[in-house]
Amino acid sequence: MMASSYNAKDEDGHHSGSVSHGGAGTAKSKKPDNTAFKQQRLPAWQPILTAGTVLPAFFVIGLIFIPIGIGLYVTSNNIKEFEIDYTGVNVDSPCYTCANNFSWNSTTSCSCTVNFTLEQPFENNVYMYYGLSNFYQNHRRYVKSRDDRQLNGDATALKDPSNDCEPYRKIGVETIAPCGAIANSLFNDSLELYYVEPSGALNAVPLAKKGIAWWTDRNVKFRNPAGVDLPTAFKGTAKPVNWRKPVYELDPSDPDNNGFINEDFIVWMRTAALPTFRKLYRIIHKNQSSTSTLPSGRYVLNITYNYPVLSFDGRKRMILSTISWMGGKNPFLGIAYITVGSICFFLGVVLLIIHHKYDTRSNSADIPN
Amino acid sequence: MARDSDDAGAAKASKAKRQRKKKPKENKTRTVHANILYDNAKGEENPNRHYVNNKIKTTKYTLLSFLPKNLFEQFHRFANVYFVFIALLNFVPVVNAFQPELALAPVVFILSVTAIKDLWEDYRRHRSDKEINHMDCLVYSRLEKRYMEKYWKEVRVGDFIRLRCNEILPADVLLLSSSDPDRLCHIETATLDGETNLKQRQVVRSFYDLDCEFDPLKYNSIIECEKPNNDLNRFRGYIIHRSGRRDALSKDNLLLRGCTIRNTEEAVGIVIYAGHETKAMLNNNGPRYKRSKLERQMNVDVFWCVIILLVMCLFTAVGHGLWMFQYGDKRPVFDVLSPDGRDLSPIMSAIYLFLTMIIVFQVLIPISLFVSIEIVKICQVYFIHQDLDLYDEETDSHLQCRALNITEDLGQMQYIFSDKTGTLTENKMVFRRCTVAGVEYSHDANARRIAMYQEMDSEEEECMSHGGTLPRRDSVTSYQSAHVVLRSHSTKSHRRTGSRAEAKRASILSKHTAFSSPMEKDVTPDPQLLDKVNECSSQMDFMRLHRQPMSQLTSDLADIIDFFIALTICNTVVVSSPNQPRHKVRMRFELKSPVKTIEDFIKRFTPSRLTSGSNSSSSSSLNRSSNRGCSSLLSSPSADSTLTKLNEEQFSGSLEHTFSAVPPSYDGKTSSNLEEGELRYEAESPDEAALVYAARAYKCSLVERLPDQVTVELPHLGKLNFELLHTLGFDSTRKRMSVVVRHPLTDQITVYTKGADSVIMDLIKPPDTGSSKGKRKKKIVCRTQNYLNLYAADGLRTLCIARKVLSKEEYACWLQHHLQAETAIQGREELLFESALRLETNLHLLGATGIEDRLQDGVPETIASLRKAGLQIWVLTGDKQETAVNIAYACKLLDPEEEILTLNADSQEACALLLEESLHYIQAKFLCSSGDQTTNAFHSNFAPVETYPFSSSHISPFSVHRLGLVIDGRTLAYALDKSLEDKFLAVARSCRSVLCCRSTPLQKSMVVKLVRNKLKVMTLAIGDGANDVSMIQVADVGVGISGQEGMQAVMASDFALPRFRYLQKLLLVHGHWCYSRLANMILYFFYKNAMFVSLIFWYQFYCGFSGSAMVDQWYLIFFNLMFSAFPQLITGTLDKDVSAETLQRLPQLYMSGQNSEEYKPYMFWMNMIDAFYQSLACFFIPYFAYADSDVDLFTWGTPITTIALLTILVQLGIETKTWTWVNWLSIAFSVALFFTVALCYNASCPTCYSPSNPYWTMQKLLQDPLFYLLCTITPIAALLPRYFYRACQGTLFPNPVRVGRQLDKLPADTRRNILGLSRVTVGSPLRAEPPFLSLNKLSPESWNNKDQRSIAGSKTSQAKQAAASQTEEKGQISPPARMEKHFSDLFPLAPSELDALPYTKNDPPLPGTPQPPSAKDSECFRRTLQLSDQSVNVSTPLVSQTDSIQLNLAPDRASECVRFRRSSETGLRPDGTVQPACRTAQQEEQSLHTAL
Repeated sequence: MMASSYNAKDEDGHHSGSVSHGGAGTAKSKKPDNTAFKQQRLPAWQPILTAGTVLPAFFVIGLIFIPIGIGLYVTSNNIKEFEIDYTGVNVDSPCYTCANNFSWNSTTSCSCTVNFTLEQPFENNVYMYYGLSNFYQNHRRYVKSRDDRQLNGDATALKDPSNDCEPYRKIGVETIAPCGAIANSLFNDSLELYYVEPSGALNAVPLAKKGIAWWTDRNVKFRNPAGVDLPTAFKGTAKPVNWRKPVYELDPSDPDNNGFINEDFIVWMRTAALPTFRKLYRIIHKNQSSTSTLPSGRYVLNITYNYPVLSFDGRKRMILSTISWMGGKNPFLGIAYITVGSICFFLGVVLLIIHHKYDTRSNSADIPN
Repeated sequence: MARDSDDAGAAKASKAKRQRKKKPKENKTRTVHANILYDNAKGEENPNRHYVNNKIKTTKYTLLSFLPKNLFEQFHRFANVYFVFIALLNFVPVVNAFQPELALAPVVFILSVTAIKDLWEDYRRHRSDKEINHMDCLVYSRLEKRYMEKYWKEVRVGDFIRLRCNEILPADVLLLSSSDPDRLCHIETATLDGETNLKQRQVVRSFYDLDCEFDPLKYNSIIECEKPNNDLNRFRGYIIHRSGRRDALSKDNLLLRGCTIRNTEEAVGIVIYAGHETKAMLNNNGPRYKRSKLERQMNVDVFWCVIILLVMCLFTAVGHGLWMFQYGDKRPVFDVLSPDGRDLSPIMSAIYLFLTMIIVFQVLIPISLFVSIEIVKICQVYFIHQDLDLYDEETDSHLQCRALNITEDLGQMQYIFSDKTGTLTENKMVFRRCTVAGVEYSHDANARRIAMYQEMDSEEEECMSHGGTLPRRDSVTSYQSAHVVLRSHSTKSHRRTGSRAEAKRASILSKHTAFSSPMEKDVTPDPQLLDKVNECSSQMDFMRLHRQPMSQLTSDLADIIDFFIALTICNTVVVSSPNQPRHKVRMRFELKSPVKTIEDFIKRFTPSRLTSGSNSSSSSSLNRSSNRGCSSLLSSPSADSTLTKLNEEQFSGSLEHTFSAVPPSYDGKTSSNLEEGELRYEAESPDEAALVYAARAYKCSLVERLPDQVTVELPHLGKLNFELLHTLGFDSTRKRMSVVVRHPLTDQITVYTKGADSVIMDLIKPPDTGSSKGKRKKKIVCRTQNYLNLYAADGLRTLCIARKVLSKEEYACWLQHHLQAETAIQGREELLFESALRLETNLHLLGATGIEDRLQDGVPETIASLRKAGLQIWVLTGDKQETAVNIAYACKLLDPEEEILTLNADSQEACALLLEESLHYIQAKFLCSSGDQTTNAFHSNFAPVETYPFSSSHISPFSVHRLGLVIDGRTLAYALDKSLEDKFLAVARSCRSVLCCRSTPLQKSMVVKLVRNKLKVMTLAIGDGANDVSMIQVADVGVGISGQEGMQAVMASDFALPRFRYLQKLLLVHGHWCYSRLANMILYFFYKNAMFVSLIFWYQFYCGFSGSAMVDQWYLIFFNLMFSAFPQLITGTLDKDVSAETLQRLPQLYMSGQNSEEYKPYMFWMNMIDAFYQSLACFFIPYFAYADSDVDLFTWGTPITTIALLTILVQLGIETKTWTWVNWLSIAFSVALFFTVALCYNASCPTCYSPSNPYWTMQKLLQDPLFYLLCTITPIAALLPRYFYRACQGTLFPNPVRVGRQLDKLPADTRRNILGLSRVTVGSPLRAEPPFLSLNKLSPESWNNKDQRSIAGSKTSQAKQAAASQTEEKGQISPPARMEKHFSDLFPLAPSELDALPYTKNDPPLPGTPQPPSAKDSECFRRTLQLSDQSVNVSTPLVSQTDSIQLNLAPDRASECVRFRRSSETGLRPDGTVQPACRTAQQEEQSLHTAL
C-alpha cells in the first residue's frame, strides 16, 4: 500500500506493504518455506554416464535385439512373394504395344497377357497387389486434391466440392464426382489371373475384390450420396476427365462395391507414402480344401492395359504375396535389429575396455577409505 | 504541463515526462495556489487545473487499448513478426502448406500466452492502484469549513491536507503547520529509500511562528517551485506572501508521498505535487530488461538457423525445379496443375515452393524457444527467491530479483566490482580508539569487549548446534569442528550485531531504530581519558561556580572537553526513547517534576543553560510567544530575527551569568541517572551514532536535539544547552560537516567541524611556529597525523575533529553572506557550499577518532571462494587509501605475500610514466623470467586465477600474477583518460586484485565500463549506497545490498541481496545452475527443432521436392507447443548438474560458466550434426521398413512422428542430470499426451482435417506390431552415438562438473570429509599451524632459482623444504593427509603447476617439472579440474616477504623522479601476528631513477 507496492512488477507479491500498517508484530515473515521442492532438494536419481554405468545397458540391448532380429528375419524369409513387371518397356515384353500405343485419351482398351511360373506353392491367403514405381502419389498438390466431404456422400459437397480439387473440380457447370487429381488418376488396369492346368486349360483364380480397403474407410469415410439409386444420386455430376465411365459404374456387378464405396477406388484414394508403392488389388482366399491357395505351376495374367505410366518413366508390377503378423516380406527390420544389436554389443565391449583401462581408477579413488 | 486535468488522470508518468521534454520552453517552475480560493470559481479559472491529480494509474492498458497496444508491444519482438509473416504467408494459395487457420495457431498461442501474462500483471497493478486510490485522507473543504475525508485520488494540487500520526502521505505536501511545538514533523521514509531513521521536516519558515491552529482560509500565499522531478533530496522554491515577501522552501519543508508521519500528532500541508508527479512515483521505475550473454549467443545461433533454413529451402526449391524439368512437356498425372489450371514453369514452381518450404520448415526457428526461456527464467527467479540460504532472518528479507531475464548471467561473471563500505563491511560502526590533543587513548578494554562479543556469539552457536536446530555457519572454525552438521537448512546465525539472541531481541524491541546494536552502543571508556574528562569537567564546574572565565582551563583539558562536545553535537542525530520508540524525548521542566513551584523557582533563578530548561533560546521563545496571537501575520524575516536574537542574547547571556547562584549538580545527576541508557540515537549515518555513543560512554551524552538547540549532559556540569546557530551538513565534496553553536560556558560562537582527516588537516590553522603554543600545536598536529596513519593502518575509519572560535564580528560578517545564500533560489547549493567553505578555515585541531567498520560475516571466505571460482575482484571505494588497503587485507582481498603496486600520481604525465613503469616491472618480473616462475609456485593457497584471451586485446594474453594494484582516485582519473586506459588495463589485468580508493561514483562506473567494454568480460557490480548506483547500472549485472544505506542501490540493481556473503551462493550455485540449465535447454531446443524439421527435409527427396510432409500438419504444428514442451521446461527449471553443496565447496566449478563451457559455438554445430544424424535414423528406418509396401502417407508419417517424439524425449533423458519425480512425470505426461491427442484426433472426424484426413490411423497403427518394433529400435539406433559419446566423455574426458557430480554421488560423510578437508586446507593460512607443503609437484632445484634478487630467498626455501619434508612424512602417517594425496592423484593438476604456467592454460608442463608416472592417463585427468589446489599444496607460511613496490611520484620533489622501491611493509599486517624474521635482507631499497 505504499510506495513499494507501486512497483509495477512486484515479483512475488510478498514485499508489498508489509511495512505499512501492521508494524513489526503482525508482519508476516517472508521466510521461504523449507520444503524440498522450493529448496530444490527433491529426492533425485542422478545417473552419471560413464563407461562403467552405461556398459550394462549396451549389453542388455544387444542381447535383446539380436534374437528379435533373428526372429524377424526368419519370419520375413518365410513369406513368399512373387513379383512381375508388366509395364512393357522392352520390345519383347507382351505389353509393349499396349504401353506404347496407349494414352489417357484412347477410348478402346488394350489387352495383353503375361505368363509366369510360380516355383513354390503359396499357402494361406494370397494377396495380389499392383505396384507402381516413380509415381509421386505423395506430391503436395496431388495429396491435397480431393474432397473428403464429397467422398463421404455429403450432398452439398457433391455439387460444390472444395477448392482443393482444382483444377479437377468442375467441367463446365457440372461438378466432377469424385473431384480432384487423385480420383482423376485412378489406377484402372484390370488384372485377371489364370492357373494353367497341367492339361493346358486356363483355370481362373478366384479374386476377391472386397475386403481390400480399411474397414473404417469403407464404412465410415466413404459413402455414396443419398439417392434412389446411384445414377440418380450422382445425377448432374460429371466423371473425372481421365475416367472412361462414371463413378457409379465402377463395379456394376455389385451395388455394394459401386460408387464411392468401390474398394479399388478407396484403396487408390489412400495416397501412398513413397513414389514406389504397391496397393492391394485382390485377395485370393485360401480354399477350403487342403491344397495350397496357389499351387506351383504356370499362370497367365490377363491385363487390360488402361494406365499409361511410361510418360513419367513409371513402372507397373503385379505382386503376389502372403503375409505374416508383421506384414509383407521385408527383411530390413530383422537385419536392422541384428545390426543395432551387434553394434550395441560391440560398443559394450569397447566400453568394457575403456572401463577397465580408465574408469576403475577413478572409481576406486573416489571412495577413499 | 498544459494539459486538461481529465486527460491528466489517464496520462502516465512516462507520458508526462515526454511532454515535459517536448515543451522545454514552458516556464521552468510550477505555481501552486490554494484550491480553496477557487472553490467557487469554475474549473477553468483554477490556476492549478493543469496539474495532474492524485489518482495514480500504473497500468499499461485499458480495456479498449489492451489488444492493439499489447500486440503492438509484442510485435517489437522480431521473432513474433517473423512468425506472423509466416502464418500470413499461408493464406496465399499458391504457396500455402497448411490450412491457413491452423498455421495461425502457434503464433496466436504464443501471443495469447504472453498477452494473458501481461493482462494478469496489469490487473494486479490495477488492483493495487485501486486500493491506493481509495485510501482516505483529510482534505479541507471550504464549504464545510473543516477537513473532510476524501479518497486519495480526489486530492488535488493546492488542497490542504491534515495528516495525523502514522498516516501515510498521499502526495508531496508542503508542510505548513505542525502540532509539534518546534514546528517539526517527523517522517519515516523507509518505503522510499529504506532508511529507517526518522527525518525531521520543518514548517515553512513564514508559518513557523504561527501559533494557533493553521487556518487554511487565511492562507493566501502563492508557492512557486520547480517542476516535478525524481530527485528525492532536492526541492527548491519559494513562497510568495500577499505582502510580497518571499520565503525560500527546501526539501526540509516537503513531505513526500509514501512516507509515514511519526511522532507528530497533526500536521497540515498543501499539496504541491500529486499523483504521478510525486517524487515517489517518478522514482519508481519497474524492473529493467537486459539481454544476457547467453541470449546474445543464442541469437547468433538463431541467425545460423535462419541460414540453415534458407539453405534447405533453396535446396528443395532447386530440387523441385529440376524434378519438374525432367518431365519436360509430358506432364505426369500426379503433378497437379495450379488451381487456376495454368501450367507452372519449373522456375515459377521452384519459387513458389521456396516460400512453401519456409512455411513447412518454420519450426526450425524455434517459436516456442523465446516463450520457454521466459517461462524458465521466471521459474528460476522463483526458486532463487525461495532459497532459504539467501534469506536473512534478521532483516526478514530475502534476495530480490529485480531483473527477470538475466539469471543465467550470474553464472558467467568474470569481474566483480565491489563497493567497500556497507558491502564488504557491516556499515555498523564501532568506536575503537581516539586521540585527543595529540595523546592517544587506545581503549584496550573496548577492544576486549568487542572481541568478547564475537566470542560470546560463537559460543552461543556451539550451544545451538548441540541443540535441535543445528545451525550452519560459514565461519572457518565450524568446518573444523566435527560435530557441526554442515548441511542443514535451519537458520543461519549472524554474528554481525553481537550475539544472535541479542540481535534478535534488539531487532524486535526497536525495529525502527537503526544502528544501535549493543556492540555499537556500549563503549567501554578508556580509564585514562575518562579520568581526564572527569577532571576537566569538575574543573569547569569549579570555574563556573567561581565565575572564572573558562579560558583559564589548560588547553589540554579544554581540548578534551571540546572534543567530546564536538562528538556529541556535531551531527544530526535525533534522540528518542526506546519505550515509545517514536516519541521524541521532551524534557520540559514542568512535565518532569511534580514539584512545579520549586522547579519554577529554580528555573527562574538558575543560569538557564545549565539546567534542563530550554532557556538558552529564551529570547527567541519570548519572541515567539509575543507573536502568538492567532494571527496569520507572519513573523519578520528570520534573518533579521537571528541577528537581533544575537544581540539580545549577548545581553541576556551576560545577565544570566550574574544570576547563576544555585549549583545545578543536583538536577543534572538525578536526571542523568534516569535517562542513562534509555536514550536512543537515530542517526543518518552509522558513524555519527557511533561517535555519539562513544561520547556518552564518557558521560558526555546528547540529551535532546531541537532545530535550534542541542542539550548535552556533562559530568559535574549537568545539562548544557547549546544554541544551534547553523548546521552545515555533510557532503561528499567537502567531506566534512560543521555546526555553529553558541557555547554556553564560554559564550563564544564556536564552530565544530568533523570530517575526513585529509581535508581537515589542510584546514588546520598553520601554527605560529614562533611561540611555544604554536610549537605545541604543531606537535599535536604531527602526532595526530601519526596516529591517524596508525588507525588507517588498522583499517579504522578516521575522522578529525576540529574547532574554531568566531568573534562576533566575524560571525556577523559570515552570517550576512550565509543568509543571502540560504535565500537564493538560483544556485543556492553552490552559494551554500561556498559559504561553508568560508566558515571552515583556520580550524583548531582537537583530535581524531578511529571507528571500526566491521567486516560482514563471511566476507573473507566469500572473497576467497569467489576468487577460486575464477572471478577477479576489484574493490572501488571512496575511502582513503590506507583504510581501504587494510580492509582489503582483512577481507583477504590482498594477501600479505603479494606485492602491491601503488599508483599515486599528480599529473597526467606522471600517471603515464607510472603505468609504463609498472608494466615494465610486471614484464620484467613475470614475462621475461619464465624460468623462475616457480617463485609463484608455492604461493598457492588460492587457486590460480587466470584470465582468458580477450579478443580485443592487443597484448598477448595476460595471466594474473600475485600482484595487488592500489590506485587512488586522482590517479585513476588520469588513468581513465583515453590515452592511458589501455595501459591501465594492461597493468590492472595482470594484477590479482585491484583496489581503487577515493574514487567518485562516476569513476566507479567508468572503471566498470572500461573493463566491460575493453576486455569484453562479464562484469558484476555490487554496492549498497547511492554512490554505487552508476556503477551498478553500468555493469552487466548490478547487485544491490539492501542494507543500511537506503534503497537507491537496490532500486538500480538487478538483484538485491541482504548480505554480501550471499553473493557466493547466488553466483556459485544459482548462477551456475541457471546458466547450465538455460544453456542446455537452448541447445536442446535447437537440436529438437533441427531434428524434427530435417525429417521432413529428407522426405523431400521422395516426394519430388514438392513440399509435402508425411507428418500430419497438426502434429507438425503442435509438436513444439504441446508434445515436447513440458519435459524440457521441467529440466530447464529443475535440473541440477552438481549439488549446491559441492558447488559451494568447489568454486572452481564456476569456471565452466565463465568459459561458456555449456554452450560453445561448436556445441551448436555438434548438436545440429547430431540432429541430422538422428533424423536420418528416424527417417530411414521407417523408410526401409515400409519400403515398397501399401502404406499410405500418413500411416507412415505417424510412426515417424511418434519415433521422433520418443527420440527427443530420450535425448532429453540423456542430457538430464537429475531425475526427480517431476521429470518422470513430465516425460510420461508428454508421451501420454501425444497418444491421447493422436487417438482423439484420429477418431474425431472422418471427413475433416484435409488433406491428411487421418481417420483411425493411430488406432490402426496401435494394432500393428511393426509400429512397436519401429518405436523400439529407432530411438535406440538414433541415440546410440550420443549415448556412447557421453559415456566415453564421462570416463575419458571428465570435465570438472562431472567430477563434481561424482563427488555428489559419494556417501554423504565421505564427501563431506573430502570437501571439508579441502576447505580446511584452504582456510589454513588463518591458522597458526605449520602449513602443508608437498614436494611431489616441485622439483627441488626449482627452489633455488626462486627470486634471485632476494638474498634471503634461499634461506627461506631451505626452511620450506624442511617444512615440506616434514609434511611429507606426516602425509604418510596421518589419514587425512593420505586422503589428500589420494585426492591429488585423482586431480593431479595442482595449481602449483598451473601457477608455473601463467601465460596460457594449455602450455606443456615445464621441462623441469617431473612428470608423474603414466603420463598419458594423467594427461587426461590433467585437463580435469584444478580441484585440489587446496588439498595437495601448500599454503605459504605467513613468514614470507611482504613485498611492495611503491611507485610514488611527487611533483613537488625537486628531483622529479619515479621512485621505484621495494620495501617490506611491516605495518600493514591486518592482525599483526607473526613478524617475519627473515625479511631484513629485503629491506634494502632498490631505487630506479627515471627522468620524467
